[in-house]
Amino acid sequence: MADITFNAIRKSYGRTEVIHGIDAEIADGEFIVIVGPSGCGKSTLLRMVAGLETITSGEVHIGDRVVNALEPRERDIAMVFQNYALYPHMSVFDNMAYGLKIANVPKPEIAERVAEAARMLELEPYLERKPRQLSGGQRQRVAMGRAIVRKPAVFLFDEPLSNLDAKLRVQMRLEIKALQRKLGVTALYVTHDQVEAMTLADRMIVMNAGVCEQIGAPLDVYADPATLFVAGFIGSPPMNVISHDIRPGHGALAPGAVIGVRPEHIDLVEPGTGLIDFDVGFCEPLGAETLVHGVTAAGDKLVVRIDGETRPPADGVKTGLSIDPSKIMMFDPSGHRTSA
Amino acid sequence: MSGMVEKRGLGTWLTHIGLILGIAIICFPIYMAFVASTVTQSEIAQPPMPLLPGPHFIDNYTAALTQGINAPVMTMLVNSMVMALGITIGKISISLISAYAIVYFKFPFRMAFFWMIFLTLMLPVEVRIVPTYEVVAGFGMLNSYSGLILPLIASATATFLFRQFFLTVPDELVEAARVDGAGPVRFFIDILLPMSRTNIAALFVILFIYGWNQYLWPLLITTEPEMNTIVMGIKQMFPSGDDIANWPVIMATTLMAMLPPVAVVVLMQRLFVKGLVESEK
Ligand SMILES: Nc1ncnc2c1ncn2[C@@H]1O[C@H](COP(=O)(O)OP(=O)(O)OP(=O)(O)O)[C@@H](O)[C@H]1O
Ligand SMILES: [Mg+2]
Repeated sequence: MADITFNAIRKSYGRTEVIHGIDAEIADGEFIVIVGPSGCGKSTLLRMVAGLETITSGEVHIGDRVVNALEPRERDIAMVFQNYALYPHMSVFDNMAYGLKIANVPKPEIAERVAEAARMLELEPYLERKPRQLSGGQRQRVAMGRAIVRKPAVFLFDEPLSNLDAKLRVQMRLEIKALQRKLGVTALYVTHDQVEAMTLADRMIVMNAGVCEQIGAPLDVYADPATLFVAGFIGSPPMNVISHDIRPGHGALAPGAVIGVRPEHIDLVEPGTGLIDFDVGFCEPLGAETLVHGVTAAGDKLVVRIDGETRPPADGVKTGLSIDPSKIMMFDPSGHRTSA
Repeated sequence: MSGMVEKRGLGTWLTHIGLILGIAIICFPIYMAFVASTVTQSEIAQPPMPLLPGPHFIDNYTAALTQGINAPVMTMLVNSMVMALGITIGKISISLISAYAIVYFKFPFRMAFFWMIFLTLMLPVEVRIVPTYEVVAGFGMLNSYSGLILPLIASATATFLFRQFFLTVPDELVEAARVDGAGPVRFFIDILLPMSRTNIAALFVILFIYGWNQYLWPLLITTEPEMNTIVMGIKQMFPSGDDIANWPVIMATTLMAMLPPVAVVVLMQRLFVKGLVESEK
């Protein structure tokens, strides 16, 4: 068990820099999710922690050691890969035991540790099988088991659930979280799925194009996004971006600045009574809620989230929008939050 | 209903008859060789050659194995076995190791080495036989097992085959092994070798037959009968000039020369087919 520190980490492939200096402090036992769009450098960052990529500059500390120059096995980490990366010719038992065998752990202890992991992951009936005789979910568990038996200081996960179907993904998500809680091991988890990030993370690192946009607890990040990117990336549907000032008594916005409002902070009211008028385009009833898509009088496209029990407006109807001024967020032209 | 079954039955019969005829045609010469190896020299020499095996099986085979004509067949079989196994094992080990180096390690001129190996495909034994002879003679390896084996064990084909296979092994597997703490040698022995076993089996069959059937090279570098291999030895058994060939013994030798390759194919057939058809996921 250990804390992790990123100290101005950069990564270049040849002359292209893909990670532009990341700083973070991760406490012992924390579950950290690194989330961001495809190609933003999440895997690269994780692989630098694992020791599978060299660190171009900056330092990674695990516990009280700088691990930049250490081989993966010396870093006291275990990694779960997206495609599980199980050894196809070894049984489930051997897959889990391999790392321990290499570390010269005595045989009885290996058997004991594997048995314990297998019990925890309900893999006991499959120990003699080869990976190809297992379902996707079971393979996923074996990959987890291989990480657990090592008793590492840090778990690293690179999109471990992306090959599973939606239902299994939700189930495994809960299991991973429960397991990490139980073992108390620091975890770094990479995903591009913001729902996964929100549900798993103690804190999340939102990345975009090789920089860290914000670090914080999921609900804090959601309620208080530091940049327009985070506001758009975290939350589904994303935050509405309005390029005209809708606040009463304000003039035009500075050029390039925008206003952001979450879909659930807007209410539909009678035409003419709200802050602005709104033309309903179409509705998406989702059961518990309904998403109303439309355009404001000034031409901004918005999504409004209303309760599922409320009767949705007909397509093409004109309504008004009321917005709680305290929920309005301002972003300057560079995309950063401003107060006014 | 019954008509259909009957028709299918007829089709099955016809196919089987066709197949049996084909096999009979292919096997007939081998059968004749067997017959010839069980009768006496004089019976073969008189025109209507016998079509049924005679009583001299044991005599002829014992004569072949213990005396042969130039050298006992037993000696030649052992020589052939050593050469074929040496070539097979040598080729497989060298190509496994060189493919491993080319795929998994970055070193200067890596691609240049790969293409150099690849280019040797264009230089089969026959093309480079004179300089190779020169070198082998220079090392004093004429009439020796190392002379028979060493010049033939570099294999571009096998290297290429293993390279292609290694390229299909996912990178994540390599990384998982690194995280598990396996160094390059362990990774090769514990993971890459077992994963290549069907490929190895397929190559074993092909290369064993290749090695067993070598003719020109052993003919060139073995001048002492004790070092003859069986495939070249058969040719040596034909008398020069007017002497009479000892056909029963020659035929017995021919049949014995066929047995080891057949045994290898039969024993390794299952793995061999698997190696050619399926790539392990
Ligand atoms: N070996 C490499 N050589 C050059 N560029 C690379 C290499 N590996 C990754 N990159 C680049 O680095 C950037 C980050 O890649 P990375 O794999 O970390 O993205 P990611 O955030 O994990 O994306 P995804 O969600 O699609 O997995 C990408 O722009 C990619 O093109
Ligand atoms: Mg990735």
